[in-house]
Amino acid sequence: MQRTDTANPAWFHKVVDCQWACPAHTPVPEYIRLIAQGRYDDAYMINWASNVFPGVLGRTCDRPCEPACRRGRVEENNGAHPEPVAICRLKRVAADMKGAVKSRMPAVAAKNGKRVACVGAGPASLTVARDLAPLGYDVTVFDGEARAGGFIRSQIPRFRLPESVIDEETGYILDLGVTFKSGQRIDSMKALLAENYDAVFVGCGAPRGRDLDVPGRKEAAANIHIGIDWLASVSFGHITSIGKRVIVLGGGNTAMDCCRSSKRLGGADVKVIVRSGFEEMKASPWEKEDAMHEGIPIINYHVPKTFVHENGKLTGMTFEIVRAEYDAKGRRSLVPTGEPDAFFPCDDVLVAVGQENAFPWIERDCGIEFDQWGLPKLGAETHQSTVAKVFFGGDAAFGPKNIITAVAHGHEAAVSIDRFLHGEDVRQRPAPMTNLVSQKMGIHEWSYDNDTSNDARFKVPWAKAEMALASIKVEVELGFDAATAFKEAERCLNCDVQTVFTESACIECDACVDICPTDCLTITKNGDETDLRTRLTAPSRHLEQGLYVSGELKTGRIMAKDEDVCLHCGLCAERCPTGAWDMQKFRLDTTKAGSACRNGAQVKVREEVAA
Amino acid sequence: MTWITKPKLHHPTLTKNKVGYTRRDYEGRISTLCAGCGHDSISAAIIQACWELDIQPHRVAKLSGIGCSSKTPDYFLGASHGFNTVHGRMPSVLTGANLANRDLLYLGVSGDGDSASIGLGQFANAMRRGVRMAYIVENNGVYGLTKGQFSATADRGSKSKKGVVNSDSPVDLVGLALQLGATYVARSFSGDKEQLVPLIKGAMEHGGAAFIDVISPCVTFNNHAGSTKSYDYVREHNDAVSRIDFITSRDEITTSYAPGELVEVPQHDGTTLRLRKLHQEYDPTDRLAAMTYMHKQQARGEIVTGLLYVDPLATDLHTALNTSEHALNSFNAAQLCPGSKALEKINAALR
Ligand SMILES: Cc1cc2nc3c(=O)[nH]c(=O)nc-3n(C[C@H](O)[C@H](O)[C@H](O)COP(=O)(O)OP(=O)(O)OC[C@H]3O[C@@H](n4cnc5c(N)ncnc54)[C@H](O)[C@@H]3O)c2cc1C
Ligand SMILES: Cc1ncc(C[n+]2csc(CCOP(=O)(O)OP(=O)(O)O)c2C)c(N)n1
Ligand code: SF4
Ligand code: SF4
Ligand code: SF4
Ligand SMILES: [Mg+2]
Repeated sequence: MQRTDTANPAWFHKVVDCQWACPAHTPVPEYIRLIAQGRYDDAYMINWASNVFPGVLGRTCDRPCEPACRRGRVEENNGAHPEPVAICRLKRVAADMKGAVKSRMPAVAAKNGKRVACVGAGPASLTVARDLAPLGYDVTVFDGEARAGGFIRSQIPRFRLPESVIDEETGYILDLGVTFKSGQRIDSMKALLAENYDAVFVGCGAPRGRDLDVPGRKEAAANIHIGIDWLASVSFGHITSIGKRVIVLGGGNTAMDCCRSSKRLGGADVKVIVRSGFEEMKASPWEKEDAMHEGIPIINYHVPKTFVHENGKLTGMTFEIVRAEYDAKGRRSLVPTGEPDAFFPCDDVLVAVGQENAFPWIERDCGIEFDQWGLPKLGAETHQSTVAKVFFGGDAAFGPKNIITAVAHGHEAAVSIDRFLHGEDVRQRPAPMTNLVSQKMGIHEWSYDNDTSNDARFKVPWAKAEMALASIKVEVELGFDAATAFKEAERCLNCDVQTVFTESACIECDACVDICPTDCLTITKNGDETDLRTRLTAPSRHLEQGLYVSGELKTGRIMAKDEDVCLHCGLCAERCPTGAWDMQKFRLDTTKAGSACRNGAQVKVREEVAA
Repeated sequence: MTWITKPKLHHPTLTKNKVGYTRRDYEGRISTLCAGCGHDSISAAIIQACWELDIQPHRVAKLSGIGCSSKTPDYFLGASHGFNTVHGRMPSVLTGANLANRDLLYLGVSGDGDSASIGLGQFANAMRRGVRMAYIVENNGVYGLTKGQFSATADRGSKSKKGVVNSDSPVDLVGLALQLGATYVARSFSGDKEQLVPLIKGAMEHGGAAFIDVISPCVTFNNHAGSTKSYDYVREHNDAVSRIDFITSRDEITTSYAPGELVEVPQHDGTTLRLRKLHQEYDPTDRLAAMTYMHKQQARGEIVTGLLYVDPLATDLHTALNTSEHALNSFNAAQLCPGSKALEKINAALR
């Protein structure tokens, strides 16, 4: 193999599995260390800079970082049930335990004379506003609702996310001199464009819930509700009760919020009924667990057939029972088992079978082109539409995803807008800012805690079930206390503290190979990657994990490190007599809108490492 | 010295051997030796060898003298028996232990100072008596622990770190072992585990006195230009006569060899040592030839490594002394006390 090019920022970035997986590339291990040190304000601000809503996300994030976390792989076959670091809930610790951070929010520069309009006040638009307002842009955010937050406010039930957290974190942004025009739905893109904004950002989300057109739908309509509309009505207090027996249709996160909300509004017998198998449901595993924990059964492989009613009064539903069959290519189809249809009596049905984009207010002849799925045609990284000054982000851009993706889009769109309004090519993307610093303090002293914790993941305490189910406003999860947060933070392996190798110093004494607790290192003759991976000290299990390969050593062999399960314990560096291995902290911050993202600030086309 | 303990977490694919242990179970405490010390690599090779041999850790006794090398038994086989003797006295303590309990596997770990300087007489007598053990000398040519004075194995003409030239001629432990009747004699290098691990395995399974001289660079005091025991020097002058594979009866033989290339040496316990000769003419079962070859190469400044000599029909001290077949601690009162009749008989003989 070629000597690994560690100058490519993507190389070390990829080793920090969590940061790599986070759409906004939050420097996770950095904030986890700060939490362990009790520096909650600093931990919060690191999050705030990257993901804008630490308090919200610390409770609700889809957390793609956790399945990626190295700790989960490292704990395999090591006793306890393998679990990643509780990255998301540690974020909440930073938010819950911080002091006043208002004074640390960015200063707002003098107005630069450019006006930017944001449609919708969801996380995508608010991120654009957060990034552009301090630079002096005159940002106006429009939303049809009375208060900012988008789906964060209207959809996510209060028992998962208290309103005070939303107020606080949307407040930090609106206080940066952003003009918020609440209760003002934009009805016409043409009219908006006529107002001569220098740029327009569309962050209007994916607001339409899919319906289920089976017999009885029209007749029994009074007791059949579209999930996201119903959740919004619950959020805004228009709906405060539901029938005793409730069926929730669908297997995604909306379904989970619907069923748990029903439980709190009078539903005694609430079930989730889903077409697919339990494993294939779209909801995150922990959301399914939470629902089942509250006594809500999930019935799978039932395809809705009819709404049964008596003179328009809903009495139940029938379902066809199916099983999954896979063809040679692994494609699934649901085939009837032949069993008689199942009937479930009920008083109300919540339909949570998906969400769609809809842009009724964007005239199709205004220049913005849409694709065959009704989504705007955009540059994948630039978020720019076919009208140069109009950008899209969040659920409105590429279909419904989640908050952290909306935030990441917001940052990218802000970069595009900033470059666009400085007359620069938006397709040229700024390289991230990186920094690599040795952590050596003494012969065996490091500036990070390199002693690996053996603890299994700690559970976040919950409110008592009776209390939690009594009101929709009681938050279920209580968050870690400081002592548990410290112990959970200690589980983090500090993957950003990189093992950096200098081949010219290596005397091939094998000390690092011998000491490595997880057998990451091998000194052997070179070969191509497939061959090399068969000759490592320990079998290589994850091909997507990098092989860090040195140039030729004195004996003509090479040093190879399988990054897969490195504990970042630093023992290789401690046992190396010549300092050929060193532990160096890699910091990567994505470049945000502002002078750093513009030409002259060494703008490179972002490089990606091939898996 | 490293302050943290080695993390318990291990590679997810780490497997257990036949007796239910992973390789990591054969580790000891974390080493306090200098980073990069060759001795640590030898510890790692011992760990690997014991794991591969499916040895029950509590069936091993590891004994050593004094020195950095002699400290290493603390860093491997944490669940085995151990004894740190006074300087140079490991062989006699081991001999005693072996006589008392022949059921254990004996591992003697020593340094060149411990065995060739202060303990030369002890070393020589253990070899000539044929005490069944794997005797490993971690040879760095200096007294590492006392800050790098030349030891008795330092080559004439080699230079100390400060530039002093050694004028004494070296004790050649391998030559002595051959001459004194050791039945398994090998030399290796701490930086070549592929060679060292099978050699240790062969020694541990050997039926008599097995000796391995392992060149093990002292990075702190003897790894400079002018040293003949540095990583670079040994790599440049390594003349390996053989590679051994240690084959248990269940292993399948897959590789084919050219005629004359292979020597198979059946061991007393049914296993086979398979030697892949790197020199056509080298015969590892001929003691005299081995000694001659060694001396020739030594004169040319080459370091001969590999299994140099093995006697497949080796016997040991217990055979020679016709001792009881079992460990003394396995005898019951009746066996230990022959009764008053026997006592009377003995007393009568002494009157
Ligand atoms: C029930 C449910 C639960 C969810 N739970 C989670 C979760 O736990 N974690 C997670 O990460 N994600 C969750 N999501 C997804 C997440 O809420 C969205 O992906 C995210 O909010 C999208 O952000 P956005 O900025 O693109 O738009 P949105 O948050 O949808 O905000 C769009 C805003 O635009 C306004 N708007 C729309 N059209 C106009 C117009 N023409 N003029 C003015 N204003 C307009 C809307 O009123 C709305 O306020 C959930 C979604 C649902 C439906
Ligand atoms: C009776 C006695 N004499 C001298 C010493 C001092 N001493 C301690 S270690 C050592 C030499 C050890 O050399 P070696 O066996 O080669 O071990 P190394 O440290 O090189 O591995 C000496 C002379 C001692 N401990 N005891
Ligand atoms: S162990 Fe820590 S740094 Fe490594 S992936 Fe997990 S959270 Fe990130
Ligand atoms: S830091 Fe070094 S010794 Fe520790 S696990 Fe990683 S490669 Fe192995
Ligand atoms: S002094 Fe030499 S022999 Fe002793 S531990 Fe250090 S390197 Fe090893
Ligand atoms: Mg020595």
